[in-house]
Amino acid sequence: MDVDLFVPCYVDQLVPQVGLASVALLERLGCRVRYDARQTCCGQPFVTTGALAEAERLAKRHLGLFAKAEAIVCPSASCVATVRHRYAELVGAEPARALAARTFELGEFLVRVLNRTDVGASFPHRVALLESCHGLRELELGWPSERIARAPAAGITESLLRAVAGLELCEPARPDECCGFGGAFSVTHPELSSRIGRAKLAALAQSGAEFVTGTDASCLLHLDGLRRREGAGPRFVHLAEILAGEVAA
Amino acid sequence: MSARLDERAAETLPHGPRLAAHDAAVFALRQKRDAAGRAEPDFERLREQARRIKAHALDHLDVQLERFEASAQRAGARVHFAADAAELRDVVGQLLARAGARRVVKSKSMLTEECGLNLHLEREGIEVVDTDLGERIVQLGHEPPSHILMPAIHRSRADIGALFERELGSAPGDTDPGRLTAAARRDLRARFLGADAAVTGANFAVAETGSLVLVTNEGNADLGMALPKLHVACLGIEKVVPTLADLAVFLRLLARSATGQPISAYTSLVTGPRPGAELHVVLVDNGRTKLLADHRHRSVLSCIRCGACLNTCPVYRRAGGHAYGWALPGPIGSVLGPALGGGAGAALPFSSTLCGSCSAVCPVKIDLHDQLVAWRLHGAPRGAGEIWLARAAGVLLARSWSYRLAGRAARALWPLLGRAGRANPLAGWLAARELPPHPGASFRARFAARARRSAE
Repeated sequence: MDVDLFVPCYVDQLVPQVGLASVALLERLGCRVRYDARQTCCGQPFVTTGALAEAERLAKRHLGLFAKAEAIVCPSASCVATVRHRYAELVGAEPARALAARTFELGEFLVRVLNRTDVGASFPHRVALLESCHGLRELELGWPSERIARAPAAGITESLLRAVAGLELCEPARPDECCGFGGAFSVTHPELSSRIGRAKLAALAQSGAEFVTGTDASCLLHLDGLRRREGAGPRFVHLAEILAGEVAA
Repeated sequence: MSARLDERAAETLPHGPRLAAHDAAVFALRQKRDAAGRAEPDFERLREQARRIKAHALDHLDVQLERFEASAQRAGARVHFAADAAELRDVVGQLLARAGARRVVKSKSMLTEECGLNLHLEREGIEVVDTDLGERIVQLGHEPPSHILMPAIHRSRADIGALFERELGSAPGDTDPGRLTAAARRDLRARFLGADAAVTGANFAVAETGSLVLVTNEGNADLGMALPKLHVACLGIEKVVPTLADLAVFLRLLARSATGQPISAYTSLVTGPRPGAELHVVLVDNGRTKLLADHRHRSVLSCIRCGACLNTCPVYRRAGGHAYGWALPGPIGSVLGPALGGGAGAALPFSSTLCGSCSAVCPVKIDLHDQLVAWRLHGAPRGAGEIWLARAAGVLLARSWSYRLAGRAARALWPLLGRAGRANPLAGWLAARELPPHPGASFRARFAARARRSAE
């Protein structure tokens, strides 16, 4: 299957290993991976900071670049959520719907399109899952605790981790509480962002996890930044790195 | 994108045991709501029904209001309309003056908080006593409520003990909730008996019957209404629901969403005045018709003030209600703020991580986090610096060559970016966090190198 990689700007620039792990994983599962280096940013930071004109311009650009792609795969739930939930306003309802139907978060693509939960990965460690809010609530990769109906089954991200050989899943308190990142919020509201983040970090550490993983490297970078300031805590790695077997020693 | 909430939170709910206690107490309400919702098999169906009823009522608000006015008048109430906060204050002030009322008992009303009624009446020389226990605590402490439903949730038991010792003469050092409540009750009982008028809010107004619906756990509104000869009820125009059958849907959702109770201890329907007494209903606009005309944001008028969005909000729990700077805090306060909150509410849509939990708990299914985004894109004020920063970033990201160049520049400046200082745009990040380690070559560079290698 041909896959067009949608690598968010911050992954490209700040955590390139997440993009590389995504390529390795998809190729291992038999996909032919293409990457159009003209792509830059989907526009999410402009949506969340209220810069409508810039958001529209970048969304239209993104739409044009991926016009011919059949399956667009992205290792970031929040950027996929931007395409699915915010593009209608930016590029028009019909083009947005058509693009959203072809755009997948990486783990979602593995489970819903390739029908794979066991990707042959092995990671003999205690791991806690940090469900990013956009993955959880806007892409429904999991089942948020405030939902009244009982979860029908393990969420997508969780089921991928449960299939990893040797991986022991830890259960932190308030598992789906926001980490406090919030994009620009982390810079404009440092006090509140770090209050929420430090509580999250403590809950993750108390769960006994050696590693914390998730679908959004941005949330992980925020918590890792807090951890390194505090000097102790679990390591943060992206889901793609675990599934690809590319976690650096 | 003012970060006033951030700065105010550091002042009004500083680090320490009180912050942790606030978070825990408020989150416990969220968990009670979860349990109550799961115990009610119809919960999700009720939410959808409630959403539809509110949408319909708002779509026909003019008709509903006229119907309510006619029904209430038939039942013997007088109905007044107030265009804004100042008019509400005037109308209530005049009604009290005409009756010669000097002592007023109030039951909790977020609308009168929004309109600054207490302060106005006190300036007119009227003694105003809030009779909800939490509201009384914050009144004695000379501060506004910090939560829609739990006005004093930011205060500890020890705090309240000390306050009551000073204000009500409770035993020194007593922090027993039962005894402190008894002290408040003794003080309030005398004030109920001596009151000339009662001022209340209302949770709902039923157009069909002209009834006001007051929901409390303490019965304070009931006692207030039952004794004096004058009852003035103040409510926003969006509180009207068409029928008693509609009301039943909301009553099944309100307490479950708020505190996890199947129903509140007291639910009173007031239809017309008691014999020999007067009932006045003041319906307040204060920005609501403007919001109603705004197709993007009108859904926020569906709010039934249960507080569930506050309880689930990670930002509210760590900021405390006082940091929001106007009567309604939390997610609902941040989407009503730009329309109803004056200057203080304008920038609140930016004070959220957009986690979306608020939308998921709202009993009337307001799209709260989408509303936060909508305000950001349409109408919330942005500073000149932010506008220019977005423009510059937008230009850089519009072409891949300028984007690559910016990435290269950031790599070269990496050591500088990690240095704290006001001029650093990442100062907010560095306030609590380290910069990520230098990433080395970008993904695109490595992907291209890999493609070259495999081509060779």
